[in-house]
Amino acid sequence: MRFVIALPFLWLAVFFLLPFALVLAIALGSNAPDLAPPVELGFSLKNFALLFTDDLYVAAWLSSLRIAATATVVTLLLGYPMAYAVARTSARWRPVLLMLVILPFWTSFLIRVYAWIGLLANNGLLEQFLRWTGLAQNPETILGTEWAVQLGIVYAYLPFMVLPLYAALEKLDLGLLEAAADLGAPPVAAFLTITLPLSLPGVVAGCLLVFIPAVGEFVIPDLLGGTGTLMIGKVLWDEFFTNADWPLASAVAICLLVLLVGPIALFQRQQAKSLERK
Amino acid sequence: MRLYVLVSLLSLAAGPALGQGKVNVYNWSDYIAPKEVERFEKDSGVKVNYTTYDSNEILDAKLKTGYSGYDVVVPTASPFFVRQLAANLYQPLDKSKLKNLKNLDPEIMTALAKYDPGNAHAIPWMWGTTGIGYNVVEIKKRMPDAPVDSLRMVFDPAVVSKFKDCGVMILDSPTDVLPAALNYLGLDPDSKKPEDLAKAAAVVKAVRPYIRKFHSSEYINALAGGDICLAFGYSGDIFQARDRAAKAKDKRDIAYAIPKEGSLLWIDVAAIPKDAPDGDEALRFLDFMMDPKVAAASSALTGYANANKAALPLMPKSITGNPLIYPPTDVRERFYTVTAGTAEQVRDRTRLWTLIKVGR
Repeated sequence: MRFVIALPFLWLAVFFLLPFALVLAIALGSNAPDLAPPVELGFSLKNFALLFTDDLYVAAWLSSLRIAATATVVTLLLGYPMAYAVARTSARWRPVLLMLVILPFWTSFLIRVYAWIGLLANNGLLEQFLRWTGLAQNPETILGTEWAVQLGIVYAYLPFMVLPLYAALEKLDLGLLEAAADLGAPPVAAFLTITLPLSLPGVVAGCLLVFIPAVGEFVIPDLLGGTGTLMIGKVLWDEFFTNADWPLASAVAICLLVLLVGPIALFQRQQAKSLERK
Repeated sequence: MRLYVLVSLLSLAAGPALGQGKVNVYNWSDYIAPKEVERFEKDSGVKVNYTTYDSNEILDAKLKTGYSGYDVVVPTASPFFVRQLAANLYQPLDKSKLKNLKNLDPEIMTALAKYDPGNAHAIPWMWGTTGIGYNVVEIKKRMPDAPVDSLRMVFDPAVVSKFKDCGVMILDSPTDVLPAALNYLGLDPDSKKPEDLAKAAAVVKAVRPYIRKFHSSEYINALAGGDICLAFGYSGDIFQARDRAAKAKDKRDIAYAIPKEGSLLWIDVAAIPKDAPDGDEALRFLDFMMDPKVAAASSALTGYANANKAALPLMPKSITGNPLIYPPTDVRERFYTVTAGTAEQVRDRTRLWTLIKVGR
């Protein structure tokens, strides 16, 4: 029994705490391009100080937050009706619809994001379609703008919103809605006072599952974004690879983690609460 | 393609397996004629594990992490190979085992000795220029008298702004673009003075609104596919774009020009990392790379000039006689090279570059 409990802790120690300690040690050192690895160990907070004095990092962080928050709201608005519809269809069709939500995962994430390049490119499928339908004669190219990044994130993370919402909505006791209708509540009032509050755990879980990874997203802004798209994940890549500044890159990574601890803790608490309720 | 970067990033931790009768080669994509590599395997009995990357930065990160497991790598001489050499990442070559060394071009060897005294650690592979790739029809449509052979194409706002709508890309590389901007201003391309670099940065910032993206490999497909009409990039990459565009369904005419103001001469070198498991197979592979037949076939594939003098008679006139690949002496005289600089200079330059890119 003790062994079973120790196993996850051992896992955490080896694959989280140890690497984290290494990253922290590197972040406290200084950049040394003539060494391999290019780090001179030490104890200095100057890398962290730079993150707060050079406004590039703060701006990148804020812009990541904004992009992730927008994507979260949009996936919620799209995902809620989808999850609701799936939860209300007959039991025979539900597995099929759920399958359709999960199906994209059968292809590599990278390839799916890459495919958007072909859709959004200059003279890509989207522009050809717009011209063909006559909706726009000279459409602006979306690829390489923040719109493309936003679209990519919403597309890639939508299933993470739909699935927890579905789980919450599927458990909903339909008798409650019938009772509300019998007592004269219009459908809107019934939705706002019964369905929405009862699905709140699903909303919180879905929002956090989208928001947390979207903040640190690198692949989507790199492939679909342009020169002006500022996201913390890309800044981290630039510091590590283009600038070969491992200590500063490590400091960025640690700040990213620390700033995400808040939402992650919230997620944990909410999960624990919903387990207690059962 | 950036895809390669991501794939290599995913395999960053997982180096190749070590073993006897094997050589693990880490090279740029499309850089050695594959048929020749097969011949080497057959003749020598040494199996070649060939992996590719698309940026010096990825190679640099792997080498600096240590135990990369590669026997032969092909970095760009400056500033990457120089820095890696300073970090003691390469082993000296046992020249008694390199019989083909005599085939190499002494002019290139002398240029290289500036970075690697006595050519002790690396052999030159291919070299080329950095210049202007453009879509002939689209440029003419927008500006019939466009100065296509001048850096004004990318650095003069009055010119480059005309091509904003059809798309412009510039290399995502401070070590290529800032020296070019300095050269455009008539300053020393290798200048490390902060005031000179500030002026160069101002040049790039002024044209930034007209640039769709800074990227070091996407422009090949983008030029070939008509997604952009102008790029500042590597000669061979633009030749690849030209060949792809010519083969495509809706044929596009892509051309390359060496800027008349001068161009950065880059040399890619082959070297053996210090922690390579066994030097002997690696040396045999290096010797194979210096075989004139191999160099000739690879130049035919890539459109880059090789550093192999004995390969010249083996190549078609379309390559050796092409002034864009093997430029005449008066063009060569305006080539320049850049040195790496100190750690602080590197840091300042890259920081400056990040700020330019994000438009701050």
